[in-house]
Amino acid sequence: MKSARFDPVVLTLGFAFLYIPIIILVVYSFNASRLVTVWGGFSLQWYAAMWSNQGLMDAAWVTARVAVLSATIGTVFGTMAALALVRYSRFPGKTLFSGMIYAPLVMPEVITGLSLLLLFVAVNVDRGFWTVTIAHTTFTMCYVAIVVQSRLLTFDRSLEEAALDLGCPPVKTFFKITLPLILPAVLAGWMLAFTLSLDDLVIASFTTGPGATTLPIKIYSQVRLGVTPEINAICTILIALVTIGVVFASIASKRSELRRIRDEHVALRGSL
Amino acid sequence: MAEISTTSHSGPARWLVVAVPYLWLLLFFAAPFLIILKISLSDTAIAMPPYTPVFDSFGTLGNFVSQLDLENYFFLAEDALYIQSYLSSLRMAFISTFLLLVIGYPMALAMARAPSRWRPTLVMLVILPFWTSFLIRVYAWIGILKPEGLLTVFLQTIGLMGPDEQVQVYRTDIAVFIGIVYSYLPFMVLPLYSALEKMDGTLLEAANDLGCPPLKAFWKITFPLSMPGVIAGSLICFIPIAGEFVIPDLLGGPDTLMIGKTLWTEFFGNRDWPLASAVAVLLLLVLVVPIMIFQKQQQKVG
Repeated sequence: MKSARFDPVVLTLGFAFLYIPIIILVVYSFNASRLVTVWGGFSLQWYAAMWSNQGLMDAAWVTARVAVLSATIGTVFGTMAALALVRYSRFPGKTLFSGMIYAPLVMPEVITGLSLLLLFVAVNVDRGFWTVTIAHTTFTMCYVAIVVQSRLLTFDRSLEEAALDLGCPPVKTFFKITLPLILPAVLAGWMLAFTLSLDDLVIASFTTGPGATTLPIKIYSQVRLGVTPEINAICTILIALVTIGVVFASIASKRSELRRIRDEHVALRGSL
Repeated sequence: MAEISTTSHSGPARWLVVAVPYLWLLLFFAAPFLIILKISLSDTAIAMPPYTPVFDSFGTLGNFVSQLDLENYFFLAEDALYIQSYLSSLRMAFISTFLLLVIGYPMALAMARAPSRWRPTLVMLVILPFWTSFLIRVYAWIGILKPEGLLTVFLQTIGLMGPDEQVQVYRTDIAVFIGIVYSYLPFMVLPLYSALEKMDGTLLEAANDLGCPPLKAFWKITFPLSMPGVIAGSLICFIPIAGEFVIPDLLGGPDTLMIGKTLWTEFFGNRDWPLASAVAVLLLLVLVVPIMIFQKQQQKVG
């Protein structure tokens, strides 16, 4: 059994590699000194500077709206796509369809961004808020489809079949039975879509227009000029938001998982 | 009665579930590729949009064919810069994927062998950095790797480096490799972990009982069984890395050649849209085989 021994050293080193850069970034956002390498005491001045930076705040607002909208539409479309992939054994062009779901996951962003931009130019649409939203919807829906698909594959269909046997119409069955059961996966998909949209620099740079500068574009243009504690501050806020969201979501999904197991247990007992 | 209402309800709704995402992807994912192909075959013009359209309507199809030209592709083939940046991108992607495997595999193995009550937490710890912005994570490394950055300060403090020495890594290929490995590590670890976690531990016990040394047992049993994870992880990393822009741009130096960066410069710097499109089409051609393998593998899982 020597070979199957658990090795905490590797894990410690691996997680140190993953987390130390992020921790350093967060710590230095509270640095009183402008120099990134010198610790000048604790200070919140960079948060104040960030708050009064109108350009940065405008970009944050644009990004938040794009992310909420594209994640929501992407979740609806992605869930539909997952249903189509799992539940419909055959329809014309299914291979092409599943190809179009998987390809955006690995497609280099420069290609996706450039090709969408050329589409928008070809049909003569003014680029801005809506074109970025459409672009983000397109790639985030594929991630949602994958997340929901994996839940649907392990899904017990007997409850659905019971509802259908009792005369419940399929659409109602979906909203009353299927959706509540896959809801944790759908919500996880939404969160993933939201953070991917929040994070995207390349596709947004290609598809945006005047007046719709997103936060990553803004951060990127400032980072090119050098490391500033102000950027550390806004990055820290983003990290904090995402961490809180993920931790909440995982607690909520664990709870609902426990409740589901308990409910099924009760239902099983009741049927005996 | 229930039967009839079932079918009448299911008709349009059933159809819509497929049609809506299908049409959306056709319009915003597939159609743009045809346009990119078209524009890569057109001439550069100083205008907005900066290319002369080769295709206005179906009525001018004959005209369209006669106007197509491969000029941009010839230009790419003639200029050593482009060929070098294709080759260099592929080389960087190969090396990075190999490094990711070498670093990710022991991590995934350690996770799979951790006590089972720890595993969900460990998986979450791997996923969590992935939720934070890519850009932020690359940015964090600038502060560390800069010559006057934290790594220099750290090495000077522990005495490994003299006070006048500095870490000369920032704006080199080494920094790009560090950035790529750091950013893509979760994508490599998770598929490996899910392949290793499913493995039957009794196989290794049997090998051990029969006197097989651990290292040999690893290469004879563990590694071959984790092959699906190795392939999935390598493809998920290799394909996007080959077209990576942010990491080589922020951490790489002037001689870091990567095709994503070249495309970006052609497009935003030189405003040569047709040439940028040709670069994109060729990149897609290089990646089409790995993308197809990836899709085949995903469909098998799905």
